[in-house]
Amino acid sequence: MEEKKIPYVEEEYDVVVVGAGHAGCEAALACARLGLETIIFTVSVDSIAMMPCNPNIGGSSKGHLVREIDALGGEMGKNIDKTFIQSKMLNKSKGPAVHSLRAQADKMNYSMEMRKTLQNTDHLTIRQAEVSEIITETTALENGKEIQKMTGVKTFSGAVYHCKAVVLCTGTYLCARCLTGEMITYTGPNGLQAANHLTDSLKEHGIEMFRFKTGTPARIDKRSVDFSKMQEQKGDERVVPFSFTTNPEDVQIDQVSCWLTYTNEKTHEIIRNNLDRSPIYAGIIEGTGPRYCPSIEDKVVKFADKDRHQIFIEPEGINTNEMYVGGMSSSLPEDVQHEMYRTLPGLEHVKIVRNAYAIEYDCINPNQLYATLEFKNIKGLFSGGQFNGSSGYEEAACQGLVAGINAAMSILGKEPLILDRSEAYIGVLIDDLVTKENHEPYRMMTSRAEYRLLLRQDNADLRLSKKGYEIGLISQERYDWICQKEVLIQNEIERVAGVKIGANKEVQALLESYGSIPLNTGTTLTELIRRPELDYEKLAPIDKERPELPYDVVEQVNINIKYDGYIVRQIKQVEHYKKLENKKIAEDFDYDEVPSLRIEARQKLKLYRPLSIGQASRISGVSPADISVLLVYMEQMKYHKGNIK
Amino acid sequence: MGTDTIAAIATAMTSSGIGIVRISGDEAVSITDRIFEMKNQKKLEDMPTHTIHYGHIHDGDEVIDEVMVVLMRGPKSYTREDTVEIDCHGGVYVMKRILETVIKYGARPAEPGEFTKRAFLNGRIDLSQAESVIDVINSKNEFALKSSLSQLSGSVSEKIKEIRGNVLHEIAFIESALDDPEHISLDGYPEKLSGIVSDVIKKIDKLLANSDNGKMLKEGISTVIVGKPNAGKSSLLNFLVGEEKAIVTDIAGTTRDVLEEQINLNGILLNIIDTAGIRDTEDVVEKIGVERAKKYLNNADLVIYVVDTSTALDENDHEIMELLKDRHAIVLLNKSDLSPVTTVEDIRKHLDKKMISISAKEQTGMDDLEETIKEMFFSGEVTFNDEVYITNIRHKTSLQEALRSLHLVLQSIADDMPEDFYSIDLMNAYEELGNIIGESVEDDLVNEIFSKFCMGK
Repeated sequence: MEEKKIPYVEEEYDVVVVGAGHAGCEAALACARLGLETIIFTVSVDSIAMMPCNPNIGGSSKGHLVREIDALGGEMGKNIDKTFIQSKMLNKSKGPAVHSLRAQADKMNYSMEMRKTLQNTDHLTIRQAEVSEIITETTALENGKEIQKMTGVKTFSGAVYHCKAVVLCTGTYLCARCLTGEMITYTGPNGLQAANHLTDSLKEHGIEMFRFKTGTPARIDKRSVDFSKMQEQKGDERVVPFSFTTNPEDVQIDQVSCWLTYTNEKTHEIIRNNLDRSPIYAGIIEGTGPRYCPSIEDKVVKFADKDRHQIFIEPEGINTNEMYVGGMSSSLPEDVQHEMYRTLPGLEHVKIVRNAYAIEYDCINPNQLYATLEFKNIKGLFSGGQFNGSSGYEEAACQGLVAGINAAMSILGKEPLILDRSEAYIGVLIDDLVTKENHEPYRMMTSRAEYRLLLRQDNADLRLSKKGYEIGLISQERYDWICQKEVLIQNEIERVAGVKIGANKEVQALLESYGSIPLNTGTTLTELIRRPELDYEKLAPIDKERPELPYDVVEQVNINIKYDGYIVRQIKQVEHYKKLENKKIAEDFDYDEVPSLRIEARQKLKLYRPLSIGQASRISGVSPADISVLLVYMEQMKYHKGNIK
Repeated sequence: MGTDTIAAIATAMTSSGIGIVRISGDEAVSITDRIFEMKNQKKLEDMPTHTIHYGHIHDGDEVIDEVMVVLMRGPKSYTREDTVEIDCHGGVYVMKRILETVIKYGARPAEPGEFTKRAFLNGRIDLSQAESVIDVINSKNEFALKSSLSQLSGSVSEKIKEIRGNVLHEIAFIESALDDPEHISLDGYPEKLSGIVSDVIKKIDKLLANSDNGKMLKEGISTVIVGKPNAGKSSLLNFLVGEEKAIVTDIAGTTRDVLEEQINLNGILLNIIDTAGIRDTEDVVEKIGVERAKKYLNNADLVIYVVDTSTALDENDHEIMELLKDRHAIVLLNKSDLSPVTTVEDIRKHLDKKMISISAKEQTGMDDLEETIKEMFFSGEVTFNDEVYITNIRHKTSLQEALRSLHLVLQSIADDMPEDFYSIDLMNAYEELGNIIGESVEDDLVNEIFSKFCMGK
């Protein structure tokens, strides 16, 4: 084939990261911090860590992801702590498992701070260029089979970058097109240049592509909004930081408000009258959109019985007048947008700064990945974020982190990081992506986590920081504190269990003040903490020997005592789950050798190539009987090998 | 694999001889101690391995049977785990009762082929047998699946689907509120949920009550009566059903075109499969078609073929006889009071089965029929699959588990626990109910959330 541009070798790196969004930044930082020479490509240096949709980080279950990223040594939590302008702990009235932090970000600041962090990280190079090809070579494996191996990438300008591993984090840029009614532009988000060449190269390498879509609402001019017709939504009085390393005193800032308004019958009527001009309803959009983040036209059609929908008007930053119209993403034409936004109380005279639009992009079928986020068929090729069929900044960042870590681990010859469903929301997310059929952009939800009582945002550091330390992204100091924290928690739980409380006057008075039934006989402090109306801190006056403990230790003590019954039950379930999870299946396991596997199961297993029996059991089409057959066969193989030795 | 304790009936479920209930796993001995009173008042726990003990199995105050208990500690047992075998008096009721008691006190019903699987995984069985182990697992599973689904009556399965739908809807509501607290509020919801859960509990209680009187799964020898029109099938059926020994359990509320009559023939349960037209038109072959007749025959443990000896064998008879060749069948030569056109010899040319001359009208030969069925059963020639019993017990266990989880929800509401705790137990109930109708959870919840509740930015 004739080359139009003369390729030349530019440079050599350990890791190439393609894309500098939330996934790419985490991947590049992880690799560089582990000492690997890393280069990160972006179509625009000005759009590093850009937030092209909602101006916030966290939220239900997504807040958990940010905490987990932080516990593993990622950057997102630290970055939002530096740049938030409002913060709220959601679900505070509910159980600790579903408490979730959400912060409004100053978008420009968020992007700028992340860019600074990238710029100031050793071993990390930022390069503005479009990667258009991946380069592989074919190598023979021990078992005689051949596999493709990453050797580099080529940019559209023809430069070749040799490397040992590539992490693809292309977000919504691949062959992207944006739709606003009849108007179609072939750009990435926010009018940025799309990446139109890489898809072909990936397809040539045998990678199966999907086409997904998502959307975003309009941005409006703050000066054209009448806030007196809306309800003010303030942040929490006391802000809790995302990062375990942020000093809580540093985040007690003056916060900016969001505003609540509603759609009404008039809004819905305009939408219904113009449905034929919506690219989705007119059949112009091919991509599959997310059901959890429906456009306003979807909401009006699918939930026709609802006479109004909540709309949140959120600031995009301190240095901008733009505001985000949360709840009203749309791909209706510009004139309809004007008309419909103006039906909302407070938006009667609204000026649109940027139109709402739907965006379509190429991504992969994530079943081509191992749980390490490495491609099964191309050694050294990793990927994360929306490219893997997910949606959301937090979902992207955590995959970027895992993909980056595992790219590094593969180069360093160390054990990969695979989090399972009992260890982290990140584990649930990746397992879902690589094991289940994925037909829409995947969003994290607390209901997807079977063991969510154990996977709380408050204990993410206890769950994951040791792993982060082993990988090399968590400092010795942080590690030592985690170990100490564990001991403090355990000791205090034991001490409290031994504290006898008599039915004396002081105790009865305290109980009465909280509307708690008085004691008939003596009990322990533990028993009292378990009462719904009481907790560890409320009982301080009658706990004379109580030691001085940091707040995060107290929090753990309280939760562990209060919800002990449920927590113990989930721990038991996890033990059961782990039995299958710990039965590993080799990457090159030959399912054709297993007698009596049903055809459907055999096909699915060959396609998904699960890394454990547990993962195999979650593939749809693989029955418990197939799993038994597999177990028996594997046991036979093990025994057989033992005999040969 | 697991070290949890499993139990099953290890012998055939016939009414003869001795039955064995086998228990294997870490808690096999301690569970047995909870239900077994040894003659000498000692505990099995304290006994040496490979010993036999005499005593009684009891469930609380109720004494169930006089038994011998064999204790085999691992690894010197079939599964290499601690194993207890309870040798009881054979008899379907007693074996079932003992197995249920063992499960009530902590074991779980074994999966099909699970003892063998454990034996293998624990290195007990020779490697060369691996493939046969796999085959056992496969075939048993296939059967279990078939029996659990096909034998679950339509109304029960509908009922469970309905209950599951109710439960799922509530979980989805709670979860959508947790995922999108600013759009969906749970104010005042706990009281409402409490009412809904109480209703669901009532429905499950009813199902449980039915599972005890055999309405869940039909236990017994499934028997099909075939013959061409006017051969005398309905007289036979009326005779079998209509006498004092018959218990008729028409299942109301089903829309199926097949009804079953359950008959207790001196302790042997027969499920006589009756088709919609059989008693009205006697037209089974013609009316329901050979194909459907075939289907019933294939699922039958026993076929009773009624021949009208006053007419000549025709095409229909030949077709039926062809179908009966490799089935357990009895041929009834009816209308023996009339002068026969068709004789025993005529039939034997085509079909080699037990033959009995009867007159359904005069009710002669019926004793012979009864005797023959009994003989076939006790000699083991005709059996029915034990999986049905086991499946029934599994279903019952699942219902009880679901019930337990739902009571925990009520408890959590009463205790003023946060709402996210409700959905944990609701989910357990949903999963247990799914086990009965063979449906797993998969993406049900996420789909329900998105389709029923409007959320999102």
